[in-house]
Amino acid sequence: MPDFPLPVPLWADIPLALALLVLALWLTATRRDRAAVIGFTGYGLLAAIAWVRLGSVDVALTEAALGGGLMGLLLLTAAARLGERADQPRPAMPVRLLVGVLCLGVTLALAAVVLSLPAPAPNLVAAVAANQAATELGNPVAAVLIAFRAVDTMLESVVLALAVIVLWSFGADRAWGARPRTLDLGPPSPALMLLGRLLPPLGLIVGVHLFWTGADHPGGPFQGGAVLAAMAALLWLARLGEPPPVSDGLTRVGIVIGPLLFLLIGLAGAVIADAFLAYPEGLTKPLILLIEAAKTLSVAVALALLVAGPPELPAPAPARGETAAEPGGTV
Amino acid sequence: MTLWAAVDPWLAGPRSAELLFPLLALPVVGLLLAPLLGARGARLLALLNLAAGSVLALACALALVAADAPLIYPLGGWAAPLGVELRLDGPAAVMLVLTAVLLLLIGLHAAWEFSVPAMGRRATLGFWTLLLGVWAGLNGLFLGRDLFNLYVAIEVLTFSAVPMVCLKGHAAQLHAAFRYLLFALLGSALYLLGAGLMLGVHGTLDIAEIRAALDAGGTHPPDIGGHVRAASLAAVALMSTGLLAKTALMPLHLWLPPAHGGAPAPASAVLSALVVKGSFFLLLRLWLDLVPDLPELHVGLLLGGLGVFAILLGNLMALMQARLKLLVAYSTLAQLGYLFLVFPLASGASGGVASTAALVQVVSHALAKASLFLLAGRILTAFGHDRLPALGGFGRDMPLTLLVILLAGLALVGLPPSGGYLVKSLYAAAAAEQGAWWWPSALELGGLLSAAYLARILAIAVGPRAAAEATPAGPGVTAPLRGLVVPALLALGALLLGLLPPALVGVMDVARAGMASSGAVADVMRSALTPSGFWGSAGPVLAVALIVVLLHNAGASAWGRWLACVGHGLTGLEGWLRQWRTAGALLLLILFIQGWTAMG
Amino acid sequence: MTEAQIYGICGAGLVGIGLYGAILGRSALRRLLAFNLVGSGVFLIFGAIARRGGLAGGAASDPVPQALVITGLVVAFAATALAAALLIRLAAVERDEASARGKPEAAGAPSAPVAAPAKSTDPRTEQPATGQSGAGHS
Repeated sequence: MPDFPLPVPLWADIPLALALLVLALWLTATRRDRAAVIGFTGYGLLAAIAWVRLGSVDVALTEAALGGGLMGLLLLTAAARLGERADQPRPAMPVRLLVGVLCLGVTLALAAVVLSLPAPAPNLVAAVAANQAATELGNPVAAVLIAFRAVDTMLESVVLALAVIVLWSFGADRAWGARPRTLDLGPPSPALMLLGRLLPPLGLIVGVHLFWTGADHPGGPFQGGAVLAAMAALLWLARLGEPPPVSDGLTRVGIVIGPLLFLLIGLAGAVIADAFLAYPEGLTKPLILLIEAAKTLSVAVALALLVAGPPELPAPAPARGETAAEPGGTV
Repeated sequence: MTLWAAVDPWLAGPRSAELLFPLLALPVVGLLLAPLLGARGARLLALLNLAAGSVLALACALALVAADAPLIYPLGGWAAPLGVELRLDGPAAVMLVLTAVLLLLIGLHAAWEFSVPAMGRRATLGFWTLLLGVWAGLNGLFLGRDLFNLYVAIEVLTFSAVPMVCLKGHAAQLHAAFRYLLFALLGSALYLLGAGLMLGVHGTLDIAEIRAALDAGGTHPPDIGGHVRAASLAAVALMSTGLLAKTALMPLHLWLPPAHGGAPAPASAVLSALVVKGSFFLLLRLWLDLVPDLPELHVGLLLGGLGVFAILLGNLMALMQARLKLLVAYSTLAQLGYLFLVFPLASGASGGVASTAALVQVVSHALAKASLFLLAGRILTAFGHDRLPALGGFGRDMPLTLLVILLAGLALVGLPPSGGYLVKSLYAAAAAEQGAWWWPSALELGGLLSAAYLARILAIAVGPRAAAEATPAGPGVTAPLRGLVVPALLALGALLLGLLPPALVGVMDVARAGMASSGAVADVMRSALTPSGFWGSAGPVLAVALIVVLLHNAGASAWGRWLACVGHGLTGLEGWLRQWRTAGALLLLILFIQGWTAMG
Repeated sequence: MTEAQIYGICGAGLVGIGLYGAILGRSALRRLLAFNLVGSGVFLIFGAIARRGGLAGGAASDPVPQALVITGLVVAFAATALAAALLIRLAAVERDEASARGKPEAAGAPSAPVAAPAKSTDPRTEQPATGQSGAGHS
């Protein structure tokens, strides 16, 4: 990727950094959980801009999609379900002072370390650039993720799949095999239904494009998968579709196909190419694209299901008219 | 071509490093196939997987001994710092074998309890998937040498361990699981922060490369390299604090008693025996392998001091517990303290002996604690509860169970030739060289306190039945004898650990400088099996046990008065330590103290 | 001041604020939120390191820390999802257990989290003990 021009002067960064800090302080101090969560979504979007300023567009895309979008939805549904509940008493002043001082100390010590990092900064830019050609990818971040540090990416796909299974195990015994219902928050407003019809086709295109273009430009399976997952969540929120039941075989295949394919190709690499998770020459780009396609699918399915929640039995009808703090029949 | 000749390139030849990645791939494949096979298939798959994995782990150990040098495997063919490498050395091999075999045995024991007819699909699929996840995470921890790869392995481990706590879905367990998760996540965040700083300072995340850079560059007092060294030590302090939170070293132990005490018995066994040892192993790697000249840093004193605190408070709290599983959980906290004595003693000629002691403790405690938790589960199943005051006379109903409990308990207490005895003697030998008599004294005291609560269990077991509770029909109905096989094996393994041929113990020396395990163990065991040596260590234990049993049978009032006086204050203190805010503040305090002592 | 330094200090501040919120947060959801702030701060520090490394190496940003952050973001998301689901489930189970015991006022107060169920005299801990009687009771 060529040098990233920074036409915006430096003084734009200080207000942005200050905004992040002030917003974080407000998030911590505000009394209402729901307000804090909404603020957190805004925080995620600001952080995405910060990442662009730091020259990491891939991370900015991921932060916007995951940190801003999906995380906000996740926490908002949680806040809606949990209601405003404080389970600890207000901390006494001495306690607040002590912890505040300790945290301030951590901040100062960290800032000192960050400011005293050695210059010239040690880096792996040259190493990546030198070896990138072997991966036939134009995006160095993608090369690192899929080739140089493939094991971390593979394990992390496994973490996603594992998280879905774990999430499902949080349901009740009786509800095993039912559909997830955390996104079932009541009849959708007309605006939501409109968005639910308009956005998903666009989101589908954007998501697939992000995956495809990630090979040579910022983007990739995580970013694309996150957008696709957000579209699925939107459909479910607008009640234009339902999350699949947890016993659905095709869904389970969708969850594991990404990491499984990654692992199998990696094992094949141990036999055909040099080592486990190595790619045979000549087949590198097709295999990488295949892995990334499967990964996009799995990431999309897994992220959508993580937002959808554990399986629940449908509520008895009268309970549904209650406030959002009373979820339907979660036995 | 014979089978031996066919596998020779891997077992003793140039391709032996290729045995490493299957130890990652195998559990992951199982993990991914489990949801496709459903609950019933998952159980079979997990057991087969673990069996194959045990063979593989043994093969790795054999290959390591044959090579007598570390086995290094660059994943994808990319070497560090660009890529990620796997590395096998002696201690890692020991841990790999222990993990695979122990998980297999616990799995076999749990095969009836976690089956679809007994538990339903949800809990069954959950348990077996999580078991494989724990295995995958642990293998990644033992084989990894890249700080971020280790982070991902820790996360796999945490995500697999936390749900095990709340598999049965009761409110108290869900609460315990959330506390465990949040505290562990804070620990992970601190660890990740440290790893990032390391990357910023050194440009690599590979432990060996960082060590080389620290050896070459930074020296005390500060010079050009002073910044580098200080920043590196700050990073290590961050990582270490995060790992301490995950290992539940007292006073950062708030999550462990409810989590290990509330989880289903096989899950508790896995959690206490293996999961907490994973993060401890990483601590060893950090302080012993990554940081040069640990002895000159005072952080060893801090960690050792916290270890002693854990030994004393953990054992005392165990003595006062009313529930058997909580007693065993507090016993884990105490035994974890034994592990941390390696840090102050890991210097000089005796440093290797201390490392041997720590590894032996890991193995011995894993075996004994797994056995105890499985037995506690057996009692729970038979009687419907594990409240000790109401379990009076259970030894008459379940004599064999009581016997195995005693065997496992004696291994923890440290009667020769058990693993516990090895640990105490090895630490004593290491401390003697440095003239630091207080560490072994703490160990002795810990052993006596362990004997006390073991004796309490014994006293309850042979004592009068609690009047109000009638034992339900025949424990033999819900506690078939096959449930004793695995606990008995594990207990005997822990109790007879000292009888292992020293050459076998020497496996943990491979690729480690300064360790002479087989010699140290042989020395220690020589005196153990003489009459004077035996009674020298057994005598105080028996005396304490006798006192406790007499006190107990002297009437509830005597016991109750003692408890009320001493126990009340301690319980209050410990309860205060387990409040979220206290633990959080202590986490930060310990971070600062570690950073300060690390930088001298 | 370079932008790497600015965002590095910002990240340090976020870590501090997040730790404060995680320790003293009044509800579990807020503590979870605060953990995400800590994570975000950690990632920003990674970003600062990536920026410094990139500029030193002639690119906009060092790709290796970027890749690590992307991995970390996904892991943090999965962790938050699990934690949030735990909280929702806990609230539901507490409600059910309270109504099963016939104590309507217990439905609002999510247990006494400060002194976790260590001593068995708390009736709440009796539940798991009796509920764990293995075969046939799930």
